[in-house]
Amino acid sequence: MAKTLFDKIWDAHVVDRMEDGTCVLYIDRHLVHEVTSPQAFEGLRLAGRRVRRTDATIAVADHNVPTEDRSAGITEPESRLQVETLERNVADFGVPYIPVTDARQGIVHIIGPEQGLSLPGMTIVCGDSHTSTHGAMGALAFGIGTSEVEHVLATQTLLQKPAKNMLVQVDGLLPPGCTAKDIILAVIGRIGTAGGNGHVIEYAGEAIRALDMAGRMTVCNMSIEAGARAGLIAPDETTFAYIEGRPYAPHGEAFDQAVAYWRTLPSDAGATYDKTVILNAADITPQVSWGTSPEAVLPITGTVPDPAAEPDDARAAQLRQMLAYMDLKPGQKLAGLPIDVVFIGSCTNARIEDLRAAAAVARNRHVASGVRALIVPGSGLVKAQAEAEGLAQVFLDAGFEWREAGCSMCLGMNPDKLTAGQRCASTSNRNFEGRQGPGGRTHLLSPAMAAAAAVTGALTDVRELL
Amino acid sequence: MTPFTTLTAIAAPLPLANVDTDKIIPARFLKTIKRSGLGTHLFDALRYHADGSEKPEFVLNENKYRSAEILVAGENFGCGSSREHAPWALLDFGIRCVIAPSFADIFHGNCFKNGILPIVLPAEICEQLMADARLGANARITVDLATQTITRPDGTTIRFEVDAFRKHCLLNGLDDIGLTLEHAPAIDAFEARRNAEQKWQPNIRQV
Repeated sequence: MAKTLFDKIWDAHVVDRMEDGTCVLYIDRHLVHEVTSPQAFEGLRLAGRRVRRTDATIAVADHNVPTEDRSAGITEPESRLQVETLERNVADFGVPYIPVTDARQGIVHIIGPEQGLSLPGMTIVCGDSHTSTHGAMGALAFGIGTSEVEHVLATQTLLQKPAKNMLVQVDGLLPPGCTAKDIILAVIGRIGTAGGNGHVIEYAGEAIRALDMAGRMTVCNMSIEAGARAGLIAPDETTFAYIEGRPYAPHGEAFDQAVAYWRTLPSDAGATYDKTVILNAADITPQVSWGTSPEAVLPITGTVPDPAAEPDDARAAQLRQMLAYMDLKPGQKLAGLPIDVVFIGSCTNARIEDLRAAAAVARNRHVASGVRALIVPGSGLVKAQAEAEGLAQVFLDAGFEWREAGCSMCLGMNPDKLTAGQRCASTSNRNFEGRQGPGGRTHLLSPAMAAAAAVTGALTDVRELL
Repeated sequence: MTPFTTLTAIAAPLPLANVDTDKIIPARFLKTIKRSGLGTHLFDALRYHADGSEKPEFVLNENKYRSAEILVAGENFGCGSSREHAPWALLDFGIRCVIAPSFADIFHGNCFKNGILPIVLPAEICEQLMADARLGANARITVDLATQTITRPDGTTIRFEVDAFRKHCLLNGLDDIGLTLEHAPAIDAFEARRNAEQKWQPNIRQV
């Protein structure tokens, strides 16, 4: 029977299958960070268990780390305790760890692919929902809770039932000024934040094939915002070229053997999906979210919806709540809406390609008066590369803050937060109430759109600046 | 894990759709290295003013719902992050059962690992239970996992579906890791076969 990419990876990792269909699923790679692991290591300790495969596990601190001067360490006591706890746990259990001061430190979902730790055909987990990012490699990658983190540490497996298959096909090519971020925001706008529940989404079509790996990672990253636990893109020449030569990737003959296997992974012709959604890339425009759910998204040329026009009472109430929180009026234009803060970063959009796109807009322009704009690279290596390419200087000349790598203002667990009422153009993934700081207002958009907002001081159609 | 068998309790109505995990427990409270103590910050932004005082209009601040153990909510409850702090916060507050038309996948799974029963029912039945919950402290709802039934305050019963394996674990308070370790020989055999067939799979010997 014709199989999908998901079916193939799943079947290759089933260790045992119980009568009711629950599988013992083997996990190839486990990424660990400081926020969702302390209780898991504590559980191991209490039960006298060890980490089954330290050589399949890697840890890094990213959520809590300061992105300003790190010479003084972490000053916030609770954040410091969480990072110190991770350091003690990795030492006690023998788990490989990238220290905060290491040049390779960064957001766990950036460094996995960057180091060649995330490869096609793998099962990859992390106690973080944006683990879906690694699906861009053609790996089955999904977020897990802390109990499951402990389960993987102890057994290198998870107890799971297979998800359903969903195909999101994006035909044709993106118009100028539109990016991977606009694709995924448009997909979420179309299917909603619960549209992918119970499914793994495979992204396909000409527009997806044309994306570089950074773009594919952006698309897969926000699969969770569409309700899907994982997103997948079939590995191809773009994937193999990206992987070759990375530190942990197979080298030489081993690489050739791996590629031969990876070529067997793409979905078979005639494979069927439980759900299919088809979009035309030519219809996609630069997107921006206006509400407090990632599905509340519109083209930058759009106007804020009117709850009075919504026939469903519960939905109308939700719209009113979102408009009140975001301080927007029905019918208001998104373009021209003044912003206070710009955040370019996060596991969604903090790769070198994202910084290049932002720098192309920021070059020879200046951050608007009264606007605070942060660039937070996804890893120390991205930061170093951006400095070597002269992008850092472009940003500094334009009045942006140039920071160290980490999750930063995506979720405000470190000192980078919005204050109540501030409006932020953000390249991150969630616009939930209070996500970037209590009372903060988030508009999700692409790096180029964020840079356009920074230099104009308002939500702006980046196509006017290109 | 504390087993879940039957629960007769006050149900609190929370008629909101897409209640995300940041709403259940904001990220700034995830800096703990423990599982306990998160109940104080459950629904923090809905529950408290910026100065820390309670918002009297929020359901769990009403005296009759302070001891609620069941939550009746809108669709896609628990969407967003994988943080298990969300079920930990619910549990720490005293919530043992959440009833909604749908749940986000990861949150749904995390509940079972912590002795919380998430029940999926059609929206119109959730509406009836929401109406029951609005009756307050005198309208207790009974949830019986073994028989997969909810008994409403008027004595009528509603059947719900639950995954058989998860039901078994929840009823008996079973530790998943212990169960999986019964498959250790199969895991060993799987690893040995893969190591032989896919020699190229990289191992992290050192950082």
